[in-house]
Amino acid sequence: MEISTDALIAISIIWGFVFIYAVMATMDFGAGFWSMIYLNKEHMKATDIANRFLSPTWEVTNVFIVAIVVALFSFFPGATFVLGTVLLIPGSMILLLLAIRSGFLVFSNTAKERKTLRYISGISGFIIPAILILVLPVTHGGFIEKTDGIYNLNMSKIFSSPNAYSFIGFAILSTLFLSSLLLADFSNVAEEQDAYRAYRKSALITGPISLLFAVCIMVTMRNEANWLYSGMMNDFSWIIASFITFVIAGIALFLPNKSFGQNIGKPRLALVAIGIQYFLASYAYGRAHLPYMIYPDVTVMSGFTEPATFRALFATYIVAFIILFPGFFFFWKMFMRDKRYIRQEE
Amino acid sequence: MDDLVLARSLFGTTMGFHIIFATLGVGLPLMILVAELIYQKTKDDHYAIMAKRWTKAQAVLLGVAIPTGTIAGTQLALLWPGFMEVIGRVMSLPFQIEIYAFFVEALFMSIYVYAADRLSPAMRIVAVFFVLVGAAASAVLITNVHAFEGTPAGFKILNGKITDVDPWAAFFNPSFFITAGHVVLSAFMTGAFIVASVAAYKMIRTRKKERVYRFHRKALLLALTIGGIFSLLTALNGHESAQMLYEYQPEKLAGAEGLFETRSHAPLAIGGFTDPNEEKVKWAIEIPWALSFLAANRFDTVVKGLNAFPRDEWPPLFIHTLFNAMVGVGMLLILYSIIGVVWRKVLKKDRFPTWLLIIFMTAGPFSLIGIEFGWIFACTGRQPWVIYHLLKTSDVVTTTGSIGVLFLFFTFVYAVLGAAVVYVLLYYFRKHPVDEDLNTAES
Repeated sequence: MEISTDALIAISIIWGFVFIYAVMATMDFGAGFWSMIYLNKEHMKATDIANRFLSPTWEVTNVFIVAIVVALFSFFPGATFVLGTVLLIPGSMILLLLAIRSGFLVFSNTAKERKTLRYISGISGFIIPAILILVLPVTHGGFIEKTDGIYNLNMSKIFSSPNAYSFIGFAILSTLFLSSLLLADFSNVAEEQDAYRAYRKSALITGPISLLFAVCIMVTMRNEANWLYSGMMNDFSWIIASFITFVIAGIALFLPNKSFGQNIGKPRLALVAIGIQYFLASYAYGRAHLPYMIYPDVTVMSGFTEPATFRALFATYIVAFIILFPGFFFFWKMFMRDKRYIRQEE
Repeated sequence: MDDLVLARSLFGTTMGFHIIFATLGVGLPLMILVAELIYQKTKDDHYAIMAKRWTKAQAVLLGVAIPTGTIAGTQLALLWPGFMEVIGRVMSLPFQIEIYAFFVEALFMSIYVYAADRLSPAMRIVAVFFVLVGAAASAVLITNVHAFEGTPAGFKILNGKITDVDPWAAFFNPSFFITAGHVVLSAFMTGAFIVASVAAYKMIRTRKKERVYRFHRKALLLALTIGGIFSLLTALNGHESAQMLYEYQPEKLAGAEGLFETRSHAPLAIGGFTDPNEEKVKWAIEIPWALSFLAANRFDTVVKGLNAFPRDEWPPLFIHTLFNAMVGVGMLLILYSIIGVVWRKVLKKDRFPTWLLIIFMTAGPFSLIGIEFGWIFACTGRQPWVIYHLLKTSDVVTTTGSIGVLFLFFTFVYAVLGAAVVYVLLYYFRKHPVDEDLNTAES
């Protein structure tokens, strides 16, 4: 099936949003989790570090999930109709957890019951990625049933699918892995030795396990969504490249560190390498997924919006990028680069 | 109950809850910006303290505004997949542009809150200005979708297929500017009157502490001034909105006014309840000829009555009451502002009597009631249509079912969040009284 350039641009934009949100959200949810775990070890400053990252960023991260939903129904109204119908229940569960999580995250900075609130936001944030990722296997086919023209999601089939569980495990471990790596880098810049060691250690443990789950996904996908599996295997070079960057990140965590104290590892290099790893792997996945949005009913072409609407939307994307880019740059400079903020110097 | 009623109840509850925080999220940044500007001009520390405290309140309120907004946006696709399919094809521009506005607001809100001590005064004002621009633009754009539902444009439906799509014509649909203006102006008004309510309450409590009393009196005056200006503008714009209904949605105007027979020199019914059996508004005060004049500026204007439309396309008749209550609230609040400003600036009184402050305390809750009634009037008054005269709400509702359970879950979570936000605000401001900020500023 032929895919038009317009549809390809549109699906690439959505893929880009999903990738950015996946990385930002795993860091965001994971940071909430770590801030809960280290709550009782105050001298380590690990909770402080997590909150220093989380406070200014969660709002911006949250905009991306809205951006995905909006881009999806703007560019692919046909696919949205099916997804909206079948995802009513799981989508609502995610929304409820998201509401509790964001609300209590904000309240925990202000209220007296700091610990309880942080536990609630930490635990609910930890469950969200596990449910959220199920959207992916749902689009692989096999879980959506069509009776009398009405779409329906077979929930029991999802909960008995090894592939779905592999995705869940992968989501949870990736959340912990990416966030501990990011926070290791953050504590390195902040020169908080104890926090750095704790987060580096977490990254070393969760990294290999998340890779193991990624392998599980591939193995189980072979049975459950063979069309996608063979598509990814045809382009095996992307997966090899992704694995190489993972190894580079692992090595980086053992290189000598001269910035402060008695530590080893170059967390910034590891973080960048892992960012590239996830980029390559999700590119391989997205490429093999084409032309289907929801296998086998909805393709990129069949769900595509009106040409006139696409052109108007695309024009706004270009204008918005030019306007917003300086804002994002300024934001990044104020919170991710400014050592006065990261170290909280007076 | 059928799925349609449950889906409308669920979405209505989401919007009814979200709109409180969304409105304050537009209104408070204006107050913060004005306080920052006055501070830079007068160097009066009180205004810097106001900006700081309102920002704290705003940051806490965002903890509810943002997740409920996310819920509202996603629920559109989950509960009304058929509607969003049409919106995706024709009217996705405002949603898309709103995302950009949202980014502007989120980026600069974080910068203003968490980097305030590293910003120059000019940059602080720029940051809070962008928060206001982002928030107001989001409100304008989302309201535009609502405007489009009432006055659709930019497409045709032929044999169930959408054709001739012109997304910019849909974007600039006939009621866009008036409807969006109404929402933004009334949000500015509400933000100000909520501040007025708190200030009035605090003045009663701090009568014997001159320093703190003066602080709250400044806040009250500022809030009543801003609130007065914007309630007046809202009223003027509201008149335009009604004329818009006369032209584009006559059955909605007929429902709002309880008019059954089409006629010229139509009277305006104020108050009362619409009785469908007797086909009149009971216990209302009638002003002869006024409705015709309001509808199109001439007494001989022919206003269409409900009987000119098939009965199954009538809006619910209770919208007359909602409409009157909304207008009544607006008028009352203009009066509040005049009284407050005259008392202080013309009569030059230093103290406000307690009974007057108690009246002022009602300004914020009344504004919110006005907002809620206005939205319920606007949305239920369009029924049975989701897109006026083109698409019925009953045709676009989800087929998945089990909405009743979701309705309970969401309502419960809103109740928890609502209670938590009130508790957190009370706790924070009790622990950080104005006195403390004044001491820090003076030392």
